[in-house]
Amino acid sequence: MSEEDESMSEQSNELGLDFILSLDDVPSKLPPHLELFKTRVLCSNDAPIHTDTIQYSGAYATLGVDNSLRLDSFCEKFKVEVKRLTDSDIEFDMIGIDPAIANAFRRILIAEVPTMAIERVYIANNTSVIQDEVLSHRLGLVPIRADPRLFEYPDNAGDEKNEKNTIVFKLRARCQLGQPRITVKSDKLKWLPNGSELPCEDAKPNAGSKPKTFTSFTCSQDSLPEFSSNPISLTYTDIILAKLGPGQEIELEVHAVKGIGRTHAKWSPVATAWYRMLPEVVLLEDVEGEMADELKKKCPVNVFDIEDIGKGRRRATVARPRDCTLCRECIRAGKEWEDRVSLRRVKNHFIFTVESTGALPPEVLFTEAVKILEDKCERVITELS
Amino acid sequence: MEHGSYSDPSKATFSFVDEDHTFANSVRFSLNQDPRVSFCGYSIPHPSDNRVNIRIQTTGDPAREVLIDACQDLMVMCQHVRGTFDKAVSDFKKGKTRKGKKDMDVE
Ligand code: SF4
Repeated sequence: MSEEDESMSEQSNELGLDFILSLDDVPSKLPPHLELFKTRVLCSNDAPIHTDTIQYSGAYATLGVDNSLRLDSFCEKFKVEVKRLTDSDIEFDMIGIDPAIANAFRRILIAEVPTMAIERVYIANNTSVIQDEVLSHRLGLVPIRADPRLFEYPDNAGDEKNEKNTIVFKLRARCQLGQPRITVKSDKLKWLPNGSELPCEDAKPNAGSKPKTFTSFTCSQDSLPEFSSNPISLTYTDIILAKLGPGQEIELEVHAVKGIGRTHAKWSPVATAWYRMLPEVVLLEDVEGEMADELKKKCPVNVFDIEDIGKGRRRATVARPRDCTLCRECIRAGKEWEDRVSLRRVKNHFIFTVESTGALPPEVLFTEAVKILEDKCERVITELS
Repeated sequence: MEHGSYSDPSKATFSFVDEDHTFANSVRFSLNQDPRVSFCGYSIPHPSDNRVNIRIQTTGDPAREVLIDACQDLMVMCQHVRGTFDKAVSDFKKGKTRKGKKDMDVE
């Protein structure tokens, strides 16, 4: 290859794709209307339109636009903004992600992040009006503050109940004769770090040795370093479990084990985990004077403000689009309003809210959920290769 | 489990036990983003059956490899999401304590 050839090929390489894409008749970006339909849901008066997400990499192939996702561009564009964070809930914006993934996180949060919940109830005595099975169900739904990551799943047969997979509480409540009725709340559930205290009936009492109980703890849970400083408790101590009349009594023991929400909702770590797409309100033309007042009055959540633009003229502005509930009150009055106001949702901007029931802080729950999706991928990769 | 043919590895159906929309829909997304994929979709044959079938047809590469790549992409995305989220949370916590201090100074 001569020197000249070399410089030629280098030049064409340099020119290559970038050069072609920069030509006027080769659109490298989508035309604006398609870009709008791709990234926004338009909420018109009767129904939302363009609600689908365009995932297929070759969707715009005829336009010469590559719709495939490159990881580096995803990483560059992806953003998270925390808006609110308390002990029990978090609200954050997740920007630049496909609904398929956002929804996977939501589904995992609800159904696949493990927690500890009461699974077995041993009732020694229950003379209250609430039936055994109803009481057991109520107990099952009481959230327990214990880090599920420190526990193991029970083995399949469920025979081995040790300090690694079981938490035991007891409840003893009695209403004395002649006393007014009492309400049994969840603070009556007392943690038993040494395991069950109920003797197992079918085991033959062995003279001398300790009576056999329903669990076989090798050591006390509160002697373990992870619980000694942070004892296991209930998230809420004021949940009503039952009411007792004079002379009635409840005596029982409960065993909590690790599980996931897909098996039963009591194991779901969240009260709710949900997202909504960011609303976007755009005024397509200037709305001035009395019409501005009218527009401001129409909106029940006060999305619009009115600004002074001098010479006594006033104009409506969109001040708080995030509050928009998409009730469409502002475009209901007729076609002319629909032409003035455009209501949209941004397809890849999610306002995520996670409310924890207390087993783990909400921000930890979310990272756990992401880890679970990673584990799923990993499992499939090892299964296939 | 893969159901395909020996003669043409570019088309195959994969059947996963103990998975549902959560995994199938997100992997369908990452498969769709791969230019080598000409068709992909998933179905759950019966709602009480814990199983999902993922169908992949490619432009020539073995479907199995494309699926592995898609899973890998999804994993990298998840790791990035986790990293970004953790950073956003710690930034938020830091910002809050700093603001708290400022408020105290004013008082
Ligand atoms: S849709 Fe409803 S909430 Fe949103 S701006 Fe219009 S009136 Fe306000």
